[in-house]
Amino acid sequence: METAFTPFASFGGGLAIGLGAVLLMLGLGRILGATGIMSGLVFAENRAEFGWRAAMVVGMILAPGLIFAMTGTTPEVNVPVSPAMIAIGGVVVGLGASLGSGCTSGHGVCGLSRLSVRSLVAVPTFMATAAITVFLIRHVFGG
Amino acid sequence: MKLLYALFTGLVFGVGIAVSGMMDPAKVLNFFDVAGSWDPSLAFVMGGALLVTFIGYRIVWRRDAPLFEGRFQVPTSTVLDGKLIGGSALFGIGWGIAGFCPGAAIPALGTGRWEVALFLVSVAGGFVLRRILSDLMNAQVAQ
Repeated sequence: METAFTPFASFGGGLAIGLGAVLLMLGLGRILGATGIMSGLVFAENRAEFGWRAAMVVGMILAPGLIFAMTGTTPEVNVPVSPAMIAIGGVVVGLGASLGSGCTSGHGVCGLSRLSVRSLVAVPTFMATAAITVFLIRHVFGG
Repeated sequence: MKLLYALFTGLVFGVGIAVSGMMDPAKVLNFFDVAGSWDPSLAFVMGGALLVTFIGYRIVWRRDAPLFEGRFQVPTSTVLDGKLIGGSALFGIGWGIAGFCPGAAIPALGTGRWEVALFLVSVAGGFVLRRILSDLMNAQVAQ
């Protein structure tokens, strides 16, 4: 399906994503990486780290509700793939992000802005494999 | 106070994710579908986020320590190994299959869509799978 090109909303949203990452660094001195935060909640081995991660996740989950309260609209979530693909993609995302120590937020936003060598390698790698995967599914296998 | 602050940073990040279009898999997949229904919006998300973190981090790091912690805890590794590259490659494949990444899916949970919950449970499954695989590899090395 086609989606509308939204440069201004996307840029503005990007500014807020960056602000969230900078605020976390200012307050807690941490990288905002969704994989690390979520993994810390799943395994819950480090009690000192559990509280702030849980609080952040609660804040994140409240965001669509806040937007609904302010604008009366819910952010769009259009899922053009089957439940099986969501589940398979999810497992591969979890496996890959934990092996590679990061995802779009940790490597993509925080790592690139720190000029981390690992992130400078990780980001082009996952952008390329994502593009290849979408190409194969949509144009070769005709998903 | 620290937890309230963490919740607030999560809220700012989540609002950014929602406004930017990152929590919409249709938009994310179209970003990668250069050969089809290409939607370049997400490049603007990355541009906005990097602009703020690139400058913001450097201002924050002029401080001796963050507000609520004794020191900044930023990853220092520069190791480029198979885990980083293979893991990142896998992450991109999963992202291209499902259209969600963890940082987008956590805030999207607030919309109440079951597909988001399915994705996040699957990601958690991927984390567990990685741990099982690592344990098996370590056991083999030990033998």
